[in-house]
Amino acid sequence: MPPPLLQLTGVAKSFRRGRDNLSVLHDINLNVDRGEFVAIVGFSGSGKTTLISLIAGLIAPDAGKILVADRPVVGPGLDRGVVFQNYSLLPWLTVFENVALAVEQAFPNWPFEKRCRHIERFIEMVNLTPARGKRPAELSGGMRQRVSVARALAVEPEILLLDEPLGALDALTRATLQDEIERIWERDRKTVVLITNDLDEAMLLADRIVPLTAGPRATLGPSFAVPADRPRDRQNVARAPEFKQLRRELTEWLLTVARGKPMRGDHKETSTPQVSLVREAV
Amino acid sequence: MNDRRFPFDWLLLPLVALVACGLLWSLSSATWAKSLPSPLKTWEMSKPYVLQPFAKRGELDQGVLRFAWYSLVLVAKGYSLALLAGVPLGLLLGMSKIFTRGFDPIIQILRPVSPLAWLPLGLILFQKSEPAAVFTIAICSMWPTVLNTAVGVRAVPQDYLNVGRVLQFTRWQMLSKILLPATLPYMFTGFRLSLGIAWLVIVAAEMLTGVPGVGGFLWQEYNSLIYEHIILCILTIGLVGFVLDRLMSLIESRFRTPDLAR
Ligand SMILES: Nc1ncnc2c1ncn2[C@@H]1O[C@H](COP(=O)(O)OP(=O)(O)O)[C@@H](O)[C@H]1O
Ligand SMILES: [Mg+2]
Repeated sequence: MPPPLLQLTGVAKSFRRGRDNLSVLHDINLNVDRGEFVAIVGFSGSGKTTLISLIAGLIAPDAGKILVADRPVVGPGLDRGVVFQNYSLLPWLTVFENVALAVEQAFPNWPFEKRCRHIERFIEMVNLTPARGKRPAELSGGMRQRVSVARALAVEPEILLLDEPLGALDALTRATLQDEIERIWERDRKTVVLITNDLDEAMLLADRIVPLTAGPRATLGPSFAVPADRPRDRQNVARAPEFKQLRRELTEWLLTVARGKPMRGDHKETSTPQVSLVREAV
Repeated sequence: MNDRRFPFDWLLLPLVALVACGLLWSLSSATWAKSLPSPLKTWEMSKPYVLQPFAKRGELDQGVLRFAWYSLVLVAKGYSLALLAGVPLGLLLGMSKIFTRGFDPIIQILRPVSPLAWLPLGLILFQKSEPAAVFTIAICSMWPTVLNTAVGVRAVPQDYLNVGRVLQFTRWQMLSKILLPATLPYMFTGFRLSLGIAWLVIVAAEMLTGVPGVGGFLWQEYNSLIYEHIILCILTIGLVGFVLDRLMSLIESRFRTPDLAR
């Protein structure tokens, strides 16, 4: 068996807060195989973005090892594409230019024509060709997020890191984009780490779901394998008994095990469970 | 607040205000301020300068816009210098906390110094009046550019920088592709404020150095006791300053990148 593409061993991260040290992540262990789609679910403020930033190389861990293809992560790299939680498009550039910025950087030696075709292809892939000349301010939230996805994909990274990519969108747009992510994933089977607080989304898209406990000192729980083959039907995920069972187990784990430890300090944001998690429980 | 609108109010209201000010002026010159020329007298005396604004009858006797043009050229020189120095200084201040901690006190001390204080130093440094004036304009007008650029750099969202980091931008790419475009709207606010100050300084600079321009003309007419022309100069300076500010606002609004609701 080939070694996992992404390996995190004993990773910990804390931030200085005034005179205190806020320990956010603790003893994080995660292996992701090539071509695997892993979803990480957790409470807001528990450290999900911190985890993605660690894998992306934007911040360095205090302890532990992060390996991509057996090489330690020392900083950001074009082998890891990130779709940020808040889109992070550059507002002074058009859709095309935002994607071009990444493509020029990833494939500097390509002839101009080839780069343009490449950019157009990825804009097409997220159905934004009619909006290619627009600036982010003229786009809806869903469209912005699609640009962000296109920008990350166009670099053709080995690992795609998605930080609550659909969190800020309305339910309908969310469903459409979930289908798009599924379609794109089916096509080139990228290795994906998806952060989400929506259990249905995780069950619809992922091969495996790993819950993150509530912070501080959040850590990853056991893996929950998602049954059934792809592509999955949204109706089926909502109703089929095996999914109901999985949802129940995950919810229970998140609400009891994940929060069952004594809270340290008064981290208000970490003590509020995500609405969607609670909703799934009913 | 009452804010009733009626047809042509945008034209009528300023006209009414203008007439009111004119009346106050006439009354003053007729009563307590005998040496203040009346509006009519001012117009009579200013006619040749206004109706032939670009005429050149002699070194000291030129159309008012011709004088204004000389001033503008001088302002342009000092202002360019201010931007050339101000932008890099602002970028450095915005990017480096250490640099800020070192230089901020000095900047805060130099910023409020009056042009009248800088000018003699310029004269000593450059021995000639024109470079001294340019120096004074530059050093007085660069501060808004410096400070706004610095604020703009500090306000660049970490998200934008992360985009650059994920794409492995070099320092130079970070500056040219992210930092500069993101800071541009702030810089243009600074540019506009700087231009206002540069125009404010020109009159003082010309008065003290005798460089030809509206300010020089004003001082010369004061010494020749032609007070009507002082008023003419004041109005010209005000109008030109207003037009400059409008122009800069236009440019500024072009560079304002819409804030995304993040
Ligand atoms: N750069 C930072 N400096 C200080 N504290 C941080 C920083 N980034 C995140 N945190 C803190 O770490 C915790 C987890 O944050 P985050 O990873 O953004 O959570 P999530 O993405 O799960 O909502 C929060 O309490 C947050 O305030
Ligand atoms: Mg987050």
